Amino acid sequence: MSKTTQETESQNPNPNIILFLCRWCSGKGADLAGTSRLQYPPNVLPIMVNCSSRIDPQHVVEAFLEGADGVLITGCNFGDCHYKTGNYKTFRRMSILSKLLKQVGVSPKRFRLTWISATEAAKFAKTVTAMVDELKKLPPYKINGKGGEEL
Amino acid sequence: MSRVGVFVCHCGRNIAHTVDIEKVVEKIKDVDEVIHIESNMYMCSEPGQTVLKDAINKHNLDRVVVAACSKDMHEDTFRIATKEAGLNQYLTEMANIREQCSWVHEEKDKATEKTIRIIESTIEKVKRNQPLVPYQIPVTQKALVIGGGVAGIQAALDIADAGYEVVLVEKDSTIGGKMAQLAETFPTLDCSQCILTPKMVAVGRHPNISLLTNSEVENIDGYVGSFKVRINKKPRYVIEEKCTLCDDCVSVCPVIVHDEYNVGLTPRKAIYIAFPQAVPANYIIDPNTCLGIDPLICAKCKEVCEPRAIDFDMQPEIIEEEFGAIIVATGYTPYPIESIGEYGYGTIHDVISGLEFERILAANGPTQGVIRRPSDGKIPESVVFIHCAGSRDPAKHLEYCSKICCMYATKHALQYKHLVHDGTAINFYIDVRTAGKDYEEFYKRAAEEEGVIYIRGKVSELLQDGERILVRGVNTLTSEAVELHTDLVVLATGLLPSEGTKEISNILKLSCDNKGFVKEAHPKLKPVETAIAGVFVAGTASGPKDIPETVAQASGAAAKAETILSSDFMDRDPVIAEIDENTCGVCHTCIHVCPYGAIYYDEPLNKIVVREALCEGCGSCASACPSGSIELRNSTYESISASIKALLRSG
Ligand code: FES
Repeated sequence: MSKTTQETESQNPNPNIILFLCRWCSGKGADLAGTSRLQYPPNVLPIMVNCSSRIDPQHVVEAFLEGADGVLITGCNFGDCHYKTGNYKTFRRMSILSKLLKQVGVSPKRFRLTWISATEAAKFAKTVTAMVDELKKLPPYKINGKGGEEL
Repeated sequence: MSRVGVFVCHCGRNIAHTVDIEKVVEKIKDVDEVIHIESNMYMCSEPGQTVLKDAINKHNLDRVVVAACSKDMHEDTFRIATKEAGLNQYLTEMANIREQCSWVHEEKDKATEKTIRIIESTIEKVKRNQPLVPYQIPVTQKALVIGGGVAGIQAALDIADAGYEVVLVEKDSTIGGKMAQLAETFPTLDCSQCILTPKMVAVGRHPNISLLTNSEVENIDGYVGSFKVRINKKPRYVIEEKCTLCDDCVSVCPVIVHDEYNVGLTPRKAIYIAFPQAVPANYIIDPNTCLGIDPLICAKCKEVCEPRAIDFDMQPEIIEEEFGAIIVATGYTPYPIESIGEYGYGTIHDVISGLEFERILAANGPTQGVIRRPSDGKIPESVVFIHCAGSRDPAKHLEYCSKICCMYATKHALQYKHLVHDGTAINFYIDVRTAGKDYEEFYKRAAEEEGVIYIRGKVSELLQDGERILVRGVNTLTSEAVELHTDLVVLATGLLPSEGTKEISNILKLSCDNKGFVKEAHPKLKPVETAIAGVFVAGTASGPKDIPETVAQASGAAAKAETILSSDFMDRDPVIAEIDENTCGVCHTCIHVCPYGAIYYDEPLNKIVVREALCEGCGSCASACPSGSIELRNSTYESISASIKALLRSG
């Protein structure tokens, strides 16, 4: 199957995305999306932690091993982390991880890191919707398949 | 084996209209270790909480999941109920199925499926929670108020009157803020100075208030009950105790600069007092323009100063103190109207800002309260007031309404009519917004009784035409173009968060809205609290406000601060890092990762130790530890991965 057909057809109508939220900014942004009744697809499965820096890169790997089609990490904007510098650490750790994931054949579309402030409900809903739309175009993530996927 | 109880809230129809609660109950009922499940119309209601408490006892539950709204809304409610039922409150967790599920999805089957997964993952988490006891920290019974405008003044006075010590820090040389620059206040036309200065004096002499002017907060660490604050008290170069306010120095000072108090309409010297009623009543040398400080080439003031009050070698003083609570009252700054190109502010002399007009109207202003226009000192026969200058213009300027401009433009027009009886006052407005006690009446008085003309419409450009100003605009009620000549134009400028507001929110890591104003913990129910416990906000630091609202908020913030100061101890969240000494390899990784210096190496014992009082519970160390030996309580590696697995379990 050529790449174009692969990407245009909906290959995976129901991708599962693990969504990490920090409790201070991105969690509040996600709550505000609710309060403002912004709609986004139900494919994101949220886990709230105190700070994005609590997320161990191994948690991301584990999510993929458990069958997630994507992982979305969200945290406060730079300078806004409730714990001063947590999000910088997240950024460093997850940047390395994303290279690693790419090397072992996980499409970069499946792993995202983004900063959402407590007021950026619209950005939150948009980011989630965009990621779900992207992942619908990819086949379900299978770890057992040989050779990884087309990046 | 745990004994988990699950309580699913309908939240009226808020959750139930997109989530099939019955199906959720059916599904969760069979989950391992779930002993009891029920749903309730409103879990947060008194009867709902009783249901929870009764079930804990009846079924001997040792873990609880309440599937309802966001933790921010009701975590405390359910934890307190848990505690009342005799179970440790940290064994209750909330699953957010409203803000992050029922409100954001429309398809019922999918929202139901997602709800089931969220609850299952919360069950996995709570099963791994350990009972924790909040530990107690002593409270420093002293408050810090940042900003000495009317909000800071009121808050400081209230707290001091309640019997607590207050340190009031102000950047400028005097307290008083913007209100001290106003001529009269709406809707009563009270003289602003006359009502403010008694409060300023009260601050100056209150035994419980230490006033630090010309000072800035440089750093804040710690947490509610004990914030550690570093304040830089910059040198005044005038010894306060020695200065007799004789004014001799001012007459000999050769440096002339714009006077900030009069918004640049008059000059001042490099040594000056902001205005006669300044508190503290002291001169100050402006080090940026003085010729005496570095290098010393002038010193004329020093020569004439008989009491020898001038000290060019004065050094900044760093003050480090602890506070139990902090009030941020850092105010606003007017919108920079020079950016509204079509109004020609800065090139047309007689186009001025609202604040400049205040000074012109003020009895202690540059014209002693006679309305004279800046260009030639003539008394204007007509004045045009433009509302919403820079506000409600999402395409080019501020999108929001600055709330006070309609009222102050109306006040300006009235004041002008009172001083120039046969003058013409014309207000251009988009809408006249008069929500406030006696505000509508005030506007009616201007428009109907005192002959102020209101034209609905925007001014599109202002042009100098000989000695007068040509005003071009449109009357949106008649759809006709308007062209008229006037002698003076006053722009009712909008409000922006001040530099100080930005700096303090940076230092404190306060969350701000997209305009840069400090965000309240809840816009309706927690209007003076911020996201950080123990930090409160008052006045225009959190958005445009008039004086009554500012003062009310300041008193509210003061009362909130007093609740903290009135207790000797405070509970502190025990969700902090914990080390497993048996597996810890003493590699020091966590020490470098911790943003609070809360982890240290105990050399004699050769082990890594967490300073509990300093740990804030971010968990950064836990994800850095190569041997998994440091964990965040109730948010361990294992607990998070169990939640991930539950979320992905196929249905
Ligand atoms: S608290 Fe949000 S990223 Fe650290």
